[in-house]
Amino acid sequence: MSLVPHSRAEERLFYVLAAVGGLVVAIGLAAALHMEHSGHVVTGMNNQVVWGMPHVFAIFLIVAASGVLNVASIGSVFGKTVYKKRAPLSGLLTLAMLAGGLFVLMLDLGRADRVIIAATHYNFTSVFAWNVFLYSGMFGIVAVYLWTLMERRMNPWSKPLGLTAFLWRLILTTGTGSIFGFLVARQAYQSAILAPMFIIMSFAWGLAVFLIVQATMFRWNQMTLHPTVLKRMKNLLGLFVAATLYFVAVYHLTNLYFARQASFEKFLLVDSEFAPMFWIGQVLIGGIVPLVLLYLPSLSMRCGSLMTAALLIVIGAFFTLYVFIIGGQAYPLELFPGMIVSSSFYDGQVAQYAPKLPEILLGLGGVGVAFLMTTVGVRVLKFLPEDDLTHLDQAAIHQGD
Amino acid sequence: MRRAATLLALGVLSWLTLLVGPVGAADGVPKPTIRIANEGACIAPAEEMRRNHMDMLKHQRDRTLRQGIRGEKASLNECIECHASKSTGSVLGKDHFCASCHAYAAVKLDCWDCHQPKTGFKATGAKP
Amino acid sequence: MSHNDRRGFLAATAGLGLVAIAPGVHLMQVAQAQSQRAAGQPATKRQRWGMLIDTTKCAKGCDVCVSACATENGINETVADPRQASQWIRKIDIKDPQSDRQYSLPMMCQHCAEPPCVDVCPTGASMKRADGIVLVDRHICIGCRYCMMACPYKARSFVHQPLTQQNPEVPRGIGCVESCTLCVQRIDRGRLPACVEACPEKAMLFGDLEDPNSEIVRRAASAATTQVRADLKLNTGVRYQGI
Repeated sequence: MSLVPHSRAEERLFYVLAAVGGLVVAIGLAAALHMEHSGHVVTGMNNQVVWGMPHVFAIFLIVAASGVLNVASIGSVFGKTVYKKRAPLSGLLTLAMLAGGLFVLMLDLGRADRVIIAATHYNFTSVFAWNVFLYSGMFGIVAVYLWTLMERRMNPWSKPLGLTAFLWRLILTTGTGSIFGFLVARQAYQSAILAPMFIIMSFAWGLAVFLIVQATMFRWNQMTLHPTVLKRMKNLLGLFVAATLYFVAVYHLTNLYFARQASFEKFLLVDSEFAPMFWIGQVLIGGIVPLVLLYLPSLSMRCGSLMTAALLIVIGAFFTLYVFIIGGQAYPLELFPGMIVSSSFYDGQVAQYAPKLPEILLGLGGVGVAFLMTTVGVRVLKFLPEDDLTHLDQAAIHQGD
Repeated sequence: MRRAATLLALGVLSWLTLLVGPVGAADGVPKPTIRIANEGACIAPAEEMRRNHMDMLKHQRDRTLRQGIRGEKASLNECIECHASKSTGSVLGKDHFCASCHAYAAVKLDCWDCHQPKTGFKATGAKP
Repeated sequence: MSHNDRRGFLAATAGLGLVAIAPGVHLMQVAQAQSQRAAGQPATKRQRWGMLIDTTKCAKGCDVCVSACATENGINETVADPRQASQWIRKIDIKDPQSDRQYSLPMMCQHCAEPPCVDVCPTGASMKRADGIVLVDRHICIGCRYCMMACPYKARSFVHQPLTQQNPEVPRGIGCVESCTLCVQRIDRGRLPACVEACPEKAMLFGDLEDPNSEIVRRAASAATTQVRADLKLNTGVRYQGI
């Protein structure tokens, strides 16, 4: 491992960025402390919509964290040189985003002070408890994987560890999807398709995040992405986005097929506040526009298009999760199918949720954690992907660099 | 630069010392005030209670809640009955039984987030 | 998915119940629950506490059971946003749009034999006692609210703010999830749940579903009873008549 020399301007930029990241994290922590001290009464979450904005942020970060590792997997597991060069950055982003997501998830707990109980008391039938295993395992595996990538003597181990990390991340995203997939009570969630859908989404979101970070790093280092690399990564991103759209379509179409789910679909896709979020946010911004940017010949080979597409995909991801998590809870539980019900506990009514500042700041704090870890990481160690420009198309040429 | 750091460190240290309170007296930190409102026999000698009350309560709580065993020797409500202050009826508050000792030992208690610290407290109902 | 044997308990106990209705055998069981369990004795599987609610007797607009629950369990906090308030038991008014038939019933934790809340709880705080009462062990509840996502009955509430006015017998507090306990503090002393005792119409019947001689089993044997969301096969301990 080698330390990277820095110019004065770079030095200053680093401290500014670190300070900004640190500030965002500090604000997130303060928000969490406020929630902890006053209770969730200071948030918009309630007894009808029990999971809110923190979960949107946390699940985005965790899903994207597992997806961003794909870049490394394509390099280590499938032996693609272009991706191998990017494996360390991909591993770092995985760790950073996973940490950010868990930061939010843990600090949102009603009893965040007792979070250690999640490690001392396991209920093995709980998908949540599996995820505690999966997340901590992911940390360990990716950390060791990074070591094998960056320490030359350990290089031979990078392939088996890359494979382990790849398999682990597939299970992890399956686990995240299953948090919802196993909820029989709610019409939005109980579906076996959620696990594969989350995996495909993680591919798209993770790669988008990777491309944003990579583009930023390249710009600061006055580097440009080689057209061959650009083309490969853009095609891959487009493929993932298209696949995500396909899964979303299948999910909703299968729901529409069952009469008892039809009214839920009508609610989500036509009648409610979630309908515009779905069509404009999730489908248009997060799916169709990026596809156009990535595949329209006049646009597709510009670096700017790729960056814009990636940003839109991330924005679309937040819409997707908001519609999925909040929309899924807003639709009333059907205790008495076909009946008109009312009660003091809002039975039969669409649940209301308006996020308040503390929960949004906590969510942003998680993004701050990921940002800070990435910033420090790329400064301290060598994570910048450096393509061997003359030999880009020849694989496995860099045995001893 | 190094001098400034040393000074800062010394400053922080002396401030912490002030926070902790008077040190250097023969007894160290002042002992907590332990007043027992209702004198009488506890379920075990004071020495044993001081050392083991947390284990007694913890095991009892699990048996009572999870297995439904009632009427155990150790019981948080029974503790409160004897040890609550005569003036406030509570085991909490600066000089009172649970709070004073736990402040001394610097052990945070979260019993009272859920349990009622007052003796003979009668909750009223209000329809939500 | 274990305990499938429990699923058939109504069928089985119905038969036993009919046998037991020999004249004069069943006396004086109606108002009193079972006797108090001896000190030091754990709850056992020989009992399963349940409730049978006759919705034909339950008056719309009456919420005596809700008030009784609030008093017994110290649910007395004022919450600025009513959506964040705890409701252990609530009255649901139901109308059939086809026939215009209207009725009303109390809804609370259904004390499932296969409770989804217990399945999903990461720490095991959500638990079912041996006698079928579903409880939250607040000592190890971390407040993740996964159980609230999983419950089909919206039976659970999350405490959104610090509490100080708890009933000493009913600890409850900030950051934990809570729900109907069937008044476990009363049952263990041989008393009826507060709602059952308070109901002016005697529409709520409490008893031991494992005891073929109990009033509740005999009633279930003679009248049609319904589980809410029976399609989920959770085998609820609270059942309804007249739905």
